[in-house]
Amino acid sequence: MASTLLKHALKTAATLIAFALIWTLLLALVHKSTEAPIAVSEAEARLSLFRQILPDTMHDNDLLKNILKVPPNPQLGNKEPIDINIAKINNKTVAIILEVIAPDGYSGNIELLIAIRADGTLSGVRVLAHKETPGLGDYIDVVRGNWIKHFDNESLIKTPPTLWKVKKDSGKFDYMAGATITPRAVVKAVFKALTYAKENQAMLFADASASH
Amino acid sequence: MGMYQDILKNGVWKQNTGVVQLLGLCPTLAVTTSAVNGLSLGLATAIVMAGANGSVSPVRRFVPAEIRVPVFILVIAALVTIIDLSIHAGSKPLYDALGIFIPLIVVNCIVLARVESFAAKNTSLPSMLDGFSMGLGLTLVLGLLGGVREVVGKGTLFSGIDLALGASAKQFMMTIPDYQGFLLAVLPPGAFLGLAMLIAGRNWFELRKLNRQAASSGENTAGLKPNL
Repeated sequence: MASTLLKHALKTAATLIAFALIWTLLLALVHKSTEAPIAVSEAEARLSLFRQILPDTMHDNDLLKNILKVPPNPQLGNKEPIDINIAKINNKTVAIILEVIAPDGYSGNIELLIAIRADGTLSGVRVLAHKETPGLGDYIDVVRGNWIKHFDNESLIKTPPTLWKVKKDSGKFDYMAGATITPRAVVKAVFKALTYAKENQAMLFADASASH
Repeated sequence: MGMYQDILKNGVWKQNTGVVQLLGLCPTLAVTTSAVNGLSLGLATAIVMAGANGSVSPVRRFVPAEIRVPVFILVIAALVTIIDLSIHAGSKPLYDALGIFIPLIVVNCIVLARVESFAAKNTSLPSMLDGFSMGLGLTLVLGLLGGVREVVGKGTLFSGIDLALGASAKQFMMTIPDYQGFLLAVLPPGAFLGLAMLIAGRNWFELRKLNRQAASSGENTAGLKPNL
């Protein structure tokens, strides 16, 4: 009795293992063959995002290869080290692209991609991911509106720090009625990123041209 | 031939997973904010279901009853991962739009339900057809619900079709000019209301059919029972 039970159990286990092996093999094959196309489309998607805030004519290097790892910093809102992409012309840093997190959106984090030129002006800002209310707070996304383009060419010099707020808080930036928390979070995050770039200029723009 | 027709009819209409069996409501309600999202997830589910049924059916005799559920889950999870990787490689924007819901096909109970109740008892070809028709039925519901929510909520139809079919498909996108949008339809309550209307519509249709049949055959009891 015990031996037939054992035999049955072993046979069952062997069947399960055989199935697991066959399907793992199949998965490995598919993974192998999709690995390269996935890497290509990820890189392409990344670059087309970069292109929105920093035209290709602004740099002559491979943005994905020129990176600077920075540790978590409250000004950037990152909990993990992030890569800052460095745009260069003739090996001189002309701009940096960094990913920051605005932790105080209406419903969670808002992830932003920000390009800052060597002279401290913004080349552009885009929202990478957000969970704001559709139809209310989502105008920060460029597919829903042009609001985010207000940041183009802004800087801490053009707009003094005290005015880096939405108009409701007696700042400079427009917002749409019904959703103030969302733009407030974005403005704050962009301001902090600019401050970060200013304070760390020596490190970030080490290769910038001598005029700075 | 009659058997295959029955399977198809069963999957698409009589036992429709979306509006009759009400299985797998999580993706049904969450993804259907636009027609393209609904259709894409529906088709992905249909492919997984056809694949899962088709791969379980030929080996059903080798799988002891005690481990059938782990084996089924293994097969389904592997197939879903394959689909997930393929979509990621093929269309990154579509992959981003469907997000978490592709991996979640694994835990969609319709898939396991059809493998368990059909593929484990039938030959390969009918099993594949069953999985595909069930998936097709779901696709129709997801597409319809997504379309209605998109039109009412945003005043567009097939927005984002270029993500799935390439930039040249953008011409299929339709927009109602000067439409302000009705936000509720896109928010979660819109999903419940839309699904409720679809179920009500189907039940109304079925009841009317039954009543007509009853009237023509002289019976008067069958007509009142909704087909649920």
